[in-house]
Amino acid sequence: MTGYDVVFVLVGLVTAGAAMLTVTSKNLVHAALHLAVTLAGIAGVFLVLHADFLALVQLIVYVGAVTVLFLFGLMLTRAPIGREALDSQNRGLGLAVAGGLFVTLSALIVMAYGGAERVTPQRVATEDIGISIFRDWVLPFEVLSMLLLAALIGAIVLARREAGDSGEAQDQTIIDFGDAPRDEQGGPGATPAGAGGAAELGSGDTTTSAGERR
Amino acid sequence: MILDTVLTTSTAMVAQTAGLLDTDSFLVSMLLKVALVIGLFLSLPLIVGYMEHKAMARLQHRRGPMFAGPAGSLQLVADGIKFIQKEDVIPRAADKWVFAIAPGMALVPALLIFFVLPFGPGVWAADLELGLFYALAITSISVLGVMMGGWASANKFSLIGGLRAAGQLIAYELPLILAAIAVAVQAGSLSLVGIVESQATFMVAGTDINVWFVFPQILGFTIFFVAALAELSRPPFDMPIADSELVFGYMTEYTGLKFAMYLLTEYAGMVSMSALMVVLYLGGWQILPGVPLPGCEAGGGLFDCGVLGTLIGVGVVMGKILMLTFVMVWLRVAYPRLREDQLQRMSWLVLVPLSLVNLAVVAVAKVVF
Repeated sequence: MTGYDVVFVLVGLVTAGAAMLTVTSKNLVHAALHLAVTLAGIAGVFLVLHADFLALVQLIVYVGAVTVLFLFGLMLTRAPIGREALDSQNRGLGLAVAGGLFVTLSALIVMAYGGAERVTPQRVATEDIGISIFRDWVLPFEVLSMLLLAALIGAIVLARREAGDSGEAQDQTIIDFGDAPRDEQGGPGATPAGAGGAAELGSGDTTTSAGERR
Repeated sequence: MILDTVLTTSTAMVAQTAGLLDTDSFLVSMLLKVALVIGLFLSLPLIVGYMEHKAMARLQHRRGPMFAGPAGSLQLVADGIKFIQKEDVIPRAADKWVFAIAPGMALVPALLIFFVLPFGPGVWAADLELGLFYALAITSISVLGVMMGGWASANKFSLIGGLRAAGQLIAYELPLILAAIAVAVQAGSLSLVGIVESQATFMVAGTDINVWFVFPQILGFTIFFVAALAELSRPPFDMPIADSELVFGYMTEYTGLKFAMYLLTEYAGMVSMSALMVVLYLGGWQILPGVPLPGCEAGGGLFDCGVLGTLIGVGVVMGKILMLTFVMVWLRVAYPRLREDQLQRMSWLVLVPLSLVNLAVVAVAKVVF
């Protein structure tokens, strides 16, 4: 048992423990924070397996961006401040789904790689990873980026419908650097009115557009 | 890679049974590196903080701290002693554990960046192949500490401060990374030392005039500087702690040492971001473009400089860091705080498109020349 094995086991234990806490903790924000530990632990696993680049990608994408977005969404919407708990009563269903997935995935992995030869992980230079992605795997890479773009546009479309009928002219506060805030109606052509009048105009328009929607 | 060094050297040590006082031994060099990093981490932010006190005071026609030590130079030490003495107040409604861990969560990434920053010829704890990427990845984590603090305080002002910090980080991380990528493309390396090296050999196309990356990439430098200011929540981008709206944002409920840890995070961030800019754009420890340090003309003017050359190199880096942090302080005094929506607008509509253009231009120029 080398030092790597010891570290691997320790990191794995921390990751698994944090994963358990993620699903069992009653407080949503605690769950998200435990998720951050889990994802960082996975980065640690990658690090032990000599996948430095992957470990840092895991850190920057999952810990630095995804978890932050989770927390952002939670805090913006329904996270109780402080110690209050928020718990969905779906323990049984969650356990069944998670257990089923676990069994399926482990069976698949064992079936696929069970007979594979054991190899010592080797570090690959980052340059080689880049060359491999952009020479041999460039088509899947581009397809993936198209998928992400589609998801992004979809999210924007959904969010815009939430704010008002999509594509319709609506009131918006237009802010230029150094200017006082002024309300403008519709596009850039409208003339800025006095601050008070514009605000009234804006609120009136919002109600009418809301009425039309109903 | 760090782990690798630790483990391979430790197993090697068992085999060779090297003495603890053997300078080649792993433990001593490791301890020296850790001591170097922690020493720099604790001293540089104090120097920058003192500079900020004094520079801000002079720019505002005051004199700043005058009484603690010569010309007030021990003011921050006195502040530190004061912070230690203060009562550690935890609000009754607060989530105690998250509240207690949050400042450390913000502080540790700020410390970890110092391990890859080169402060002079040979003066660095680790020269990682992925040094630049490592620094950027670690920076993105420290916002977790800010969000945790904002949420756990059980205070709406703190919560809004934490939210603003997160929104700001998400918005400004993109231009920061895109600007850094343009440098990596031009240098052909992700190692911070490698980037310094490639700046020493970078010539204007067709001539043998050596220039730093700040000249071909002045746009990228500007983007990186603005985005770094926003990442650090420095004025004019300090909406997360906007004191006229949010009391003191996510730090409102913090007292004593925990508050000091948040402050230290901010100043250490100023140092590490400035050091990154020095490495990426300002030629590292070169005094002027094309001028090698005394004592190391042999190694391309970069490595094996002897004691004098190394000291001068460290001095040059520190001088550049102080100049950049002075500009940050100057901007703090000169400009009023932006509003939250102005900040988001500026990132997504100005900085992100500009940094994409910058990256495209650099990539094309790299292929053509």
